[in-house]
Amino acid sequence: MDQLLQTLKDGVTLGSLYALIALGYTMVYGILKFINFAHSDIVVLGAWLSLTIAAKLLALMGIVDPPAWMGAVVLVGAMVACGAVGFTIERLAYKPLRGAPRLNVLITAIGVSLLLQNTGQLSALFGTSPRRIPDLLPDTTLLSIGQVQLKLLDVVGAGTAIALMVALEWLVFHTKIGRAMRATSHNVNVAALMGIPVNRIISFTFVLGSMLAAAGGFLWALKYQTIKQTADSSWVLLGLKAFVAAVVGGIGNVRGAMLGGLAIGMIEQFGAAYLSSSMKDVYVFTILILVLLVRPSGLLGKATIEKV
Amino acid sequence: MPLLEVSNLIVRYGAIEALHGVSLSVEQGQIATLIGCNGAGKSTTLRAVSGLLKPAKGSIRFDGKEITGVAPHEIVRLGVAHSPEGRGVFPQMTVDENLDLGAFARPRSEKDQIRKDREKSLDLFPRLRERLKQLAGTLSGGEQQMLAMARALLARPRLLLLDEPSLGLAPQVVQTIFQIIRDINAAGTTILLVEQNAHMALKVAHHGYVLETGRIAMSDSARVLEASDEVRKAYLGIG
Repeated sequence: MDQLLQTLKDGVTLGSLYALIALGYTMVYGILKFINFAHSDIVVLGAWLSLTIAAKLLALMGIVDPPAWMGAVVLVGAMVACGAVGFTIERLAYKPLRGAPRLNVLITAIGVSLLLQNTGQLSALFGTSPRRIPDLLPDTTLLSIGQVQLKLLDVVGAGTAIALMVALEWLVFHTKIGRAMRATSHNVNVAALMGIPVNRIISFTFVLGSMLAAAGGFLWALKYQTIKQTADSSWVLLGLKAFVAAVVGGIGNVRGAMLGGLAIGMIEQFGAAYLSSSMKDVYVFTILILVLLVRPSGLLGKATIEKV
Repeated sequence: MPLLEVSNLIVRYGAIEALHGVSLSVEQGQIATLIGCNGAGKSTTLRAVSGLLKPAKGSIRFDGKEITGVAPHEIVRLGVAHSPEGRGVFPQMTVDENLDLGAFARPRSEKDQIRKDREKSLDLFPRLRERLKQLAGTLSGGEQQMLAMARALLARPRLLLLDEPSLGLAPQVVQTIFQIIRDINAAGTTILLVEQNAHMALKVAHHGYVLETGRIAMSDSARVLEASDEVRKAYLGIG
């Protein structure tokens, strides 16, 4: 019983993190039909910026223990900064390639990814040694059931991720700009004929995806505390798993990314708890293969009926 | 002064020149039609007017204003709506949402007017009213065409560009669509109609242009074109 509860808790916290990151992959794919390989590097940037902002704020105020509001400030700061970086990357690297073959954009994305990974290692930026983020939340246990402890950190982490996803869902399906995003994702030209400024919508999508990535990086930092250098292979694995989540849910589908993220988090945690923890990455990619074999368009990416 | 004036328009797709200097004009309040075979450049011409394609050379003037090279989402705001080839409805959205997108370019202050225009559009296409909550992808071809036109009208255009509204539709539906084109024009909207169905197009139009491999081959009143031997032979299958 304890193990089941513990695994469920871990699955939800990890899964909501994957979901946040998967959303960025899926939104950009939905509109531009390419995989933004630099997306996971924005997550890393988000984690490092969270650390930097927290450390700077503490130094500035001359205190050691952060007050309760600081977590929120750090999160917003990292999101805004990563949003700006996402905007810049789209403008400088991807926008000039609008209309170019998709392979060109893909290779550019890999280039941007390498650039971010290596620039981050500069000692003027984040350096090459791992660093620990200050404890932004007190180590409070809210609830204990048997051996399982539900900590403040778990609730805040999953709560933040879920709140952001609810906000995104509302934005995409219930606002004018969300409708414009969906129209652009279906057909850029027709969207333009409706008077939708498609380039602005694409920029907006990148900013949104990068902000969610930053939140993912922040929550990752909160959860694991030690942040490794920007080119560390564990980041690549995190990005890959979030990408798998997007594909499993149905790439291009916002709700699918959320579902896929949770599914991948659960599968990884349950596999690790009940089968073998050293194989946890294997389960994720096995699921990817299975989904691609049985339902290639993903869980929610249904083949649409369209009469011509 | 004509509402739309296209002169010496040259459009290239990469190395291939699709339009070799097309000139045409559409008078305020009239229906002009552009007929011609597959690949003659009819859709290319419309796409250049609505800003989807950037012409290599030439000029497009709308209401006396140069609009060559202006972005498509700006051109809609100037009063040109384009119902594209293949209808371009958003299949995963409801009819309702598709119509809302038609009015995307109009400011919030026009909310009441948009509601009225919406009612007018639905009066014109009563079939759509019954299907407001249905996904556009599940409509029949004719209904999708109606939706595309109703949506374009919600932009409140002064000039409506219609690309092959009869494409793939049953003869009876074609009749209905063309009657509605007449009604839209009678209500004051100027129309540039691209059609392969030359017979129907020349019946509703005031003026006609025949486009052949990227060049205007003939230009005359629709009556005269309808009666001309060349058009009868090549496009109407008579004689």
